[in-house]
Amino acid sequence: MAEMKQAPAGAGAGEKLLTWVDNRFPATKLWNEHVGEYYAPKNFNFWYFFGSLALLVLVIQIVTGIFLVMNYKPDAELAFASVEYIMRDVPWGWLIRYMHSTGASAFFVVVYLHMYRGLIYGSYRTPRELVWIFGCLIFLCLMAEAFMGYLLPWGQMSYWGAQVIINLFAAIPFVGPDLAILIRGDYVVGDATLNRFFALHVIAVPLVLLGLVVAHIIALHEVGSNNPDGVEIKQGPKDAKGNPVDGVPFHPYYSVHDLLGVGGFLFVFSAVVFFAPELGGYFLERPNFIPADPFKTPAHIAPVWYFTPFYSMLRATTDDLVNVLAVLIGLGAVLNLVKGAGTGKSKVTGLVIAVVVIALLKTFEAKFWGVAVMGGAVVILAGLPWFDKSPVRSIRYRPSWHKIVYGVFVVNFCILGYLGVQPPSPTGELVSQVGTLLYFGFFVLMPWWSQLGSFKPVPDRITFTPH
Amino acid sequence: MSNQPVDQSRRTWVTMACAVGGAGGVATAIPFVSTFQPSERARAAGASVEADISALKPGEMMTVEWRGKPVWILKRTPEQVADLNKLDPQLADPKSERKPAELTPEYARNTHRSIKPDVLVAVGICTHLGCSPSSKFQTGAQASLPDDWAGGFLCPCHGSTFDLAGRVFKNKPAPDNLEVPPHMYMSDTKLLIGEDKKA
Repeated sequence: MAEMKQAPAGAGAGEKLLTWVDNRFPATKLWNEHVGEYYAPKNFNFWYFFGSLALLVLVIQIVTGIFLVMNYKPDAELAFASVEYIMRDVPWGWLIRYMHSTGASAFFVVVYLHMYRGLIYGSYRTPRELVWIFGCLIFLCLMAEAFMGYLLPWGQMSYWGAQVIINLFAAIPFVGPDLAILIRGDYVVGDATLNRFFALHVIAVPLVLLGLVVAHIIALHEVGSNNPDGVEIKQGPKDAKGNPVDGVPFHPYYSVHDLLGVGGFLFVFSAVVFFAPELGGYFLERPNFIPADPFKTPAHIAPVWYFTPFYSMLRATTDDLVNVLAVLIGLGAVLNLVKGAGTGKSKVTGLVIAVVVIALLKTFEAKFWGVAVMGGAVVILAGLPWFDKSPVRSIRYRPSWHKIVYGVFVVNFCILGYLGVQPPSPTGELVSQVGTLLYFGFFVLMPWWSQLGSFKPVPDRITFTPH
Repeated sequence: MSNQPVDQSRRTWVTMACAVGGAGGVATAIPFVSTFQPSERARAAGASVEADISALKPGEMMTVEWRGKPVWILKRTPEQVADLNKLDPQLADPKSERKPAELTPEYARNTHRSIKPDVLVAVGICTHLGCSPSSKFQTGAQASLPDDWAGGFLCPCHGSTFDLAGRVFKNKPAPDNLEVPPHMYMSDTKLLIGEDKKA
């Protein structure tokens, strides 16, 4: 047994109680490690609001979700009406529901900006690979959570959106059709599907999500936060206690700082909740105000805005794009054979893999590759720590033209998102095919382009001007 | 780590205990995963349905429900039937040769994909990702369709197009023609969907 600590003589009741607890549970230790004595670089800027904001939105979603479940009925016959009941008859039910629906979109806004921050400041680089990977898993969970939650109001868009996404799994060779039936629990989306999605949305995925958020934060606090300069404060000078002088304790400095972000966020969030909860059909799509009808697909179906960049890539994958991919992979392998840096053995392996991939591309139908492209577009994010070979972390010290590359990537992502909302058209298809190649090119060619250009000297310590 | 030598007999038992425990865990997972399968009630809902097509005029379409899916019954005009042949070069699978066992029963493996040349019976679910295509019987140029559109179906989700025999056009997301369900005529105007003579 550890030695029992004693509160100093004359201590107040509060301190005595804390000492009693600390002898049995590491309350003070946890607080200090993660809040009170967690030293974060003092040069955080605007982009560093979004981590704590994501946590805030998570809390909003959990709390509003609990209250929604009290009045919602997960039954194909009752679900649509129970949501309208919450909106019309439950006192303040509309507010809780709009907070939850707006919270879903807000979650993705905040998380996309949070990921973008990681991208431009190289926050995924050694030793923060696991922070990044836990983050990618959180993003995946969030997508699953949003998708299953969207089925629950049982409107037309809920129904047909789920029908399309579940059929994505049916495109997997061999096991696909059976897998789709296993997910639906019926031959078409129906009551069984609604019921299980409710269970997963309300219990299973949130539990996994919370676990991953804890892992994300533990990993972050183990290695320490990155910063806009991409310089390690732990390698800089330290004070008498061994804490980095370029860092400040999270509390009170960043807890108060983040309150500013929370204030700004709540302004925008409340404006949407109270004045534009549907946000012109982007946060709540219009066909979803019509009850689900298994016989009639709405004239134009599109996922909610946060899925549309990936959805565009799915739509772009036709036979033509698969042929283009096959040619590109072939060219890549030949180029590697002729000019690559690897050994003879690795070159031949590369060629063999390319031949196998091309054979597979031509064997399975474009439908499956559409699904693979869509999934790959999300999964490829996890590879960033290994794709990025730039000698510096932060965009600040990279060649100026790297900013253009990141700019093109962001604009391209937004264009893909816009096209995913639009009805299919030949021009849109061509643009999204080019966009898909650009998206993947950004990642696949990163080991090459991230080393090019003349890098600026990185300072030994962070740049910071007191204000 | 301790420097003591590993007690191999204990190690064997630990391994065996882990293996047996793991097998038990997997065995317990089976019933949980099995609950995800369609229930007996969902399975029983797969019976065949009857449709009366006596009121259907040429150029008209009706929809009946079979296994929770929409089944279209389209009565084509003689011109529409005659035009089907002309589309062959634009179609991905004009002769219904892909996955015939699942998509096209023997009696529908012809240009018009039907028992009677004018009456098409097809499941109105896109073979891409399961949306229900909309009828676009009006010919000519219109949104999301080519200028020489001869009438057919357009899937609103991903833009796949099908002709009036449910055959998919080339280079579209949908890989296959629309499914023709097993069906038979009980009389000249009565259709049974879900069963055919061979069953």
